[in-house]
Amino acid sequence: MAVYIVRRILLMIPLLFGITVISFLVVHLAPGEPTDMMTDLNPKASLEAKERLRALYGLDQPLHVQYWRWLGRLSRLDFGTSFSSDRRPVLEKTLERMPVTIGLNVLSEIFVFSIALPIGILAAVRRGSLFDKISTVGVFFFFSVPTFWLALLAMLLFGVKLGWLPISGLRSFDHDQLGFWGRMADLARHLVLPVVVGSIGGLAGISRFMRSGMLEVIRQDYVRTARAKGVPEGQVIWRHALRNAVLPIITILGLSVPGLIAGSVIFETIFAIPGIGQLMWQAVMARDYPMILGNLVISGVLTLFGNLVADVGYVLADPRISFSGRG
Amino acid sequence: MAGLVLVAGLAAAAMTAPWIAPHDPTAIDAGIILAGPSAQHLLGTDDLGRDVLSRMIYGARISLAVGFVSVGIAVLIGTTLGACAGFFGGFADAIVMRFVDVMLCFPSTFLILTVIAFIGPSIWNVMFVIGVTGWMGVCRLVRAEFLSLRERDFVVAARALGAGDARLIFRHILPNAMAPVLVAAVLGVAGAILTESGLSFLGLGVQPPTPSWGNILTAGKDNIDVAWWLSFFPGVAITLTMLGYNMLGEGLRDALDPRLGGDE
Repeated sequence: MAVYIVRRILLMIPLLFGITVISFLVVHLAPGEPTDMMTDLNPKASLEAKERLRALYGLDQPLHVQYWRWLGRLSRLDFGTSFSSDRRPVLEKTLERMPVTIGLNVLSEIFVFSIALPIGILAAVRRGSLFDKISTVGVFFFFSVPTFWLALLAMLLFGVKLGWLPISGLRSFDHDQLGFWGRMADLARHLVLPVVVGSIGGLAGISRFMRSGMLEVIRQDYVRTARAKGVPEGQVIWRHALRNAVLPIITILGLSVPGLIAGSVIFETIFAIPGIGQLMWQAVMARDYPMILGNLVISGVLTLFGNLVADVGYVLADPRISFSGRG
Repeated sequence: MAGLVLVAGLAAAAMTAPWIAPHDPTAIDAGIILAGPSAQHLLGTDDLGRDVLSRMIYGARISLAVGFVSVGIAVLIGTTLGACAGFFGGFADAIVMRFVDVMLCFPSTFLILTVIAFIGPSIWNVMFVIGVTGWMGVCRLVRAEFLSLRERDFVVAARALGAGDARLIFRHILPNAMAPVLVAAVLGVAGAILTESGLSFLGLGVQPPTPSWGNILTAGKDNIDVAWWLSFFPGVAITLTMLGYNMLGEGLRDALDPRLGGDE
């Protein structure tokens, strides 16, 4: 087991390099220089001043030299300072937003799994029934609907027309004046729309998956045996079929760990949620290059680690996988 | 299949756009901004007085164009790399697969946003970006197909008859490897249209005055309390389009793959 983990970590090193190389190359796709942003708006900037600025940032060096220096700074976790008006370090801004995004995604995942699994199981157990047919069509439909549109509609219906739920941000204006429970309730009210709408796509996929996994398990011989032995149907489902049908779900769960980190940009922008996605969008709109680059690298690295966690979890969960044969 | 009907209908509408659109999609008329659906303007007008129906019909052209071109790019890159990896194996395979792994580490949304940030939002850049960030799936598919087909009898026979590498690839293996790629491509069009809509919605895709379903939705969001039709109709269009392509893709998959004798 430990050997497997060590091997995986070693394999990750070239990938880490790859991430930095690609990110670096993408940045230099831009016609013009990162420092143009600072100098273009200042008509008094002379040619010498521009040159000095470039030298300061090391932009007059050949590309590979620039890359090494950047890599050196990265390894000290120095992602540079944001170009935007607050000039705070990129790392700081990103880290403070991450809990929001991750929290939201985790909540969505919990929501998805708690609803999709029962739907999938029921659909499989009552295969061909009205419930199955309706859920199949429904799932297909939800899969095709663009979530950001659904979010808009939900905002329209629940926020504007019915006025039940707030449509932006995580807190109301008077949030700090409410008592503890008041603040919890406020937070919850703000979270309802984003979590529910954000889960729709996942609901569709996971319930489908659960259904086919369950169907496959029900066909197995050991289920037949249990039924032949006279085990009551409820127990057949619960104790025998379900345990094995859940394994692929764990894989999916693991696969979605990397997705937790990348905030949905569109989502957070619509709902004005202060997460990483919104940060990225703002950075792009403002051409805040250090921020964009830093976010890209950070998210890439985190995804890589997320994959590692997922793989390890997968190996742990399924006893049929041998430790030495993977990777 | 219903998917085919939807897709065909959409394509027809897109191609006949200049004849069936009731108004000029970019004609601004400040007198009728934010007017609801009426006989004159079946789907209402947007915040600059432009007819929504016309913009949506022209938007269909944009969406389809983006869908096809970006998937085309993705398939081209993916097939080339996948074929090299699958056919030559060894070192080439290792390099390509590492490259794929690295690209897959980036959350695609972030990567797309980053590239757009650096090369500027425009319809061509959008096509380029979606293509360049979406080839990985195709690459893996093609590689898998090549790996399995490479050992088949007809390939061994052709090689024994003296066929060179290029001939083997293009005339023998590739035509047989394309089936799953076709399915992936159709489903990819749906995804690309969704991505383009999302980008345009964020203001980073197709720029106004060029109409795109996504940027109509932007106006919808900004005027959410007074103009529900701006938020509603483009979404319907996107949904129907995605439904069409998804159904087509799933239908193709069932038709082309005899191994999947499922219960669907």
